[in-house]
Amino acid sequence: MLSSQSKPQRQYPRSHEPIVWSLFGAGGMVVAFLLPAAVLITGFIAPLGVAELPILSYSLALEFCRSWWGSLFILVCIVLPAFHAAHRLYHGMHDLHLRGANWLMLTVFYGGASGLACATLFYLWILRH
Amino acid sequence: MNIAAPSADIMKVTVQRYRPEQDNEPWLQHYQVPFSADTSVLEALQHIKDHLDPSLSFRWSCRMAICGSCGFMINGVPKLGCKAFLRDYSELHIAALDNFPIERDLISDISGFVENLETIKPYIIRDDPQELDTSQPINQAFIQTPAELSLYQQFSQCINCGLCYAACPQFGRNPDFLGPAALALASRYNRDSRDQGQEQRALFLNAEEGVWSCTFVGYCSEVCPKQVDPAAAINQGKAASTTDYMLNLLSLSKSGEKE
Ligand code: SF4
Ligand code: FES
Repeated sequence: MLSSQSKPQRQYPRSHEPIVWSLFGAGGMVVAFLLPAAVLITGFIAPLGVAELPILSYSLALEFCRSWWGSLFILVCIVLPAFHAAHRLYHGMHDLHLRGANWLMLTVFYGGASGLACATLFYLWILRH
Repeated sequence: MNIAAPSADIMKVTVQRYRPEQDNEPWLQHYQVPFSADTSVLEALQHIKDHLDPSLSFRWSCRMAICGSCGFMINGVPKLGCKAFLRDYSELHIAALDNFPIERDLISDISGFVENLETIKPYIIRDDPQELDTSQPINQAFIQTPAELSLYQQFSQCINCGLCYAACPQFGRNPDFLGPAALALASRYNRDSRDQGQEQRALFLNAEEGVWSCTFVGYCSEVCPKQVDPAAAINQGKAASTTDYMLNLLSLSKSGEKE
């Protein structure tokens, strides 16, 4: 077997970072590919009347939001970027040497993103009822 | 016109001094060093030691960016002294590598870095250790194709100079972080077709002190004199660690649960 170690061995517990890192990565993809198009359509093209898009009439838009696909789209567009931002801020604060107690940081950033996720789910649920 | 005569330009060189037996903290000493177009920072230090001040201490050996012993902060940037030239500067400020304790003058104590290198088991591991028993006659060749070699070759170019550790803000804040070169070396062995030690190394890589302390600053890859690109190795390691984490959740993999 391997040579025996004389020093006491350090412990290397598994990090749970993969969970938030996956959400961060997925959020990055959404921010890069999905969000610009969504902002362009709902924030500029529709309100400025650049193009007549029937899907953007109130009734059709509401129907879209109530559909499973629409709900999923809204959830993805809001929740994943929120986790992306939370992760960035959490580590950014560390890099800037602005760091409070870890539980507080986790609660504020990832808790905030989770809160937003719950609020989104709740709102989507209200829309359907 | 005097083209043939070597120019006897003089540069002001500021060197960080620290002699533990008499100094409470590092201080700066100034020297005037003659140089020409091909004078390296290492040669400037050698000039100081040979002609101006024999008490100055610094490490060097190969003078050709191979041994990795002449890393300094040169005007605030981690560089090899033998690979940086006075012609590129108007004034020089040389200090010991950041993020390491100073042993003396320009000599950093890199023992923490060396321990981190040892931690990741930088050698070929086989499930059957008998295969590596050098007391037995070799009866098996571990053949490797050029394609298999190319998977890890880049990460095997490291000369352990420690520049990436001086560049890494995360190592600066937490010396338990295994750091760029050690993680790149772990990747080098994990990618080696002859190696079977991925599971043993996953224990370290999956930890906070492993790939997860990195926030992809990327400065390590910028300063590396051998284009090892440790930042890429670490981020590919994050993807691997995430897969391992998910598989572990599905309890398809047992790595990380044992000692
Ligand atoms: S990865 Fe590059 S900078 Fe880091 S120790 Fe190796 S050669 Fe030096
Ligand atoms: S003296 Fe060997 S790398 Fe500079």
